[in-house]
Amino acid sequence: MPRVTYTSHDGKQTVLDVPVGTSVMQAAVLNGIDGIVAECGGSCMCATCHVFVQEDQLPKTPEMELGEDAMLDGTAVPRQPNSRLSCQLVMTPAMEGLVVTMPETQT
Amino acid sequence: MPSGKVVIVGAGHGGFQLAASLRQGGYDGEVVLIGDEPGLPYQRPPLSKDYLMGKHGLDLLLMRPEGFYADQHIEYMGGARVTEIDRAAKQVKLAVGATLGYDHLILATGARNRVPPLPGIDLDGVCYLRDLNETDHLRQRLAVAERVVIIGAGFIGLEFAACARAAGRPVHVVELVDRVMARVICPATSLHFLAAHVKSGVEFTFGAAAERITGDDGKVTGVTLKDGTTLPADLVVVSIGVVPNMELAAAAGLATGNGILVDDHLQTTDPAISAIGDCVSFPSAHSRINPVRLEAVQNAADHARCVADRLNGKPRPYVALPWFWSEQGDQRLQIVGLTGGYDRVVVRGNLQGGEFSAFLYAGDTLLGIESINKPADHAFARRIMAAGRTVTPEQAADESFDLRAAASARG
Repeated sequence: MPRVTYTSHDGKQTVLDVPVGTSVMQAAVLNGIDGIVAECGGSCMCATCHVFVQEDQLPKTPEMELGEDAMLDGTAVPRQPNSRLSCQLVMTPAMEGLVVTMPETQT
Repeated sequence: MPSGKVVIVGAGHGGFQLAASLRQGGYDGEVVLIGDEPGLPYQRPPLSKDYLMGKHGLDLLLMRPEGFYADQHIEYMGGARVTEIDRAAKQVKLAVGATLGYDHLILATGARNRVPPLPGIDLDGVCYLRDLNETDHLRQRLAVAERVVIIGAGFIGLEFAACARAAGRPVHVVELVDRVMARVICPATSLHFLAAHVKSGVEFTFGAAAERITGDDGKVTGVTLKDGTTLPADLVVVSIGVVPNMELAAAAGLATGNGILVDDHLQTTDPAISAIGDCVSFPSAHSRINPVRLEAVQNAADHARCVADRLNGKPRPYVALPWFWSEQGDQRLQIVGLTGGYDRVVVRGNLQGGEFSAFLYAGDTLLGIESINKPADHAFARRIMAAGRTVTPEQAADESFDLRAAASARG
């Protein structure tokens, strides 16, 4: 099962096994990781599951759709080139070892 | 560290968030979370969408896995009902007869389905879509239904209509007023959603009231309207809104109106009791009409964060900007602000193409923005309004006006 490393804003790291087909957001919420709110439950409606993906891993992540790109303009902490909404990061085997960092706040 | 015993009545989005936010903020005392449904606290929005369609299992609905509550020292009591508040003794009584003391009590009792007093309302096949149990039941019914009638063209009724059409069922929606979602959106947006549903095969009757639900051998057979028309159905979904659960508060002598009345810190008329979420009528700086009662995840969760901060020694007035969303088939609706009292609408974008935003004003004051299949507008609108800025009607109407730049401006 692919592993994902979640780094909190203050540097604390948690590693989770995330099943293929589960989103990085879902795995975080199901495992009680602070720093991902996901108010809308994963509908790409709220922009409160914002994460920063380790730059060199961006090519391994699913392509960004228009809705996600648009909602990233509404995050609480301004978007960066490596910003993603974690509800749209659905795990694939290629994403093994993904490292994401949470912003200071989601709301 | 702040301490004392907090009892939260209601384990929906607000109640759950309050328990979680108390701990996140360092609350050191006892936290008891009481829910009247069995099972662990879960998210409601997917019920009328992915969960109903079978795309989600129960595991993805849960707010948190079971272990979370023990880890966070949150005492979760599922399937438990509070029957009385004894304010003098600072205790709540449970249906099972036990009593529970509190230092601070939070009422997050939510709302319940509005049930119309129609003959036949208790027939087998008359369904609702609010909680998990109702949704599980409805999902089974939909799988075998031949004809569906939906009473009420609000968010829930229309989200269900889209699901029922996706499942290939004939669907007829009956609505009392002359357009869909009339209570919350402007006519241009209503027209767009009506067209989308009609295109997917939903039939509508507007300006029509149900007179009775007909049945045979205890099972529903149709809905008869006031004009005598009978719409045949073996599944009737009633989605005419909700009523706030405020009886517990009222019986305890707390002030109530259209909801439990609270101040701008979400405190009731008893300083030891706060109330949050759908059951609350509160003063909002974002509303022309006050107090307001909102039925929304964002509202419940932000109310919870506000009260958690207060109990953690950092009181602040509740000022969060309201936002809402609905997904109906492939159509997305996102709303920011409270638009009650608007007298002017400016549509921006491609109305015919179904990608636009409606800017709602009272005079020149921007009240809110409805974005239809236009998430970028919604994202910018949220930033603009949260920063206390505005977009003038002239700017909204000017397609060359840069909304992104307006959202990015500082100060």
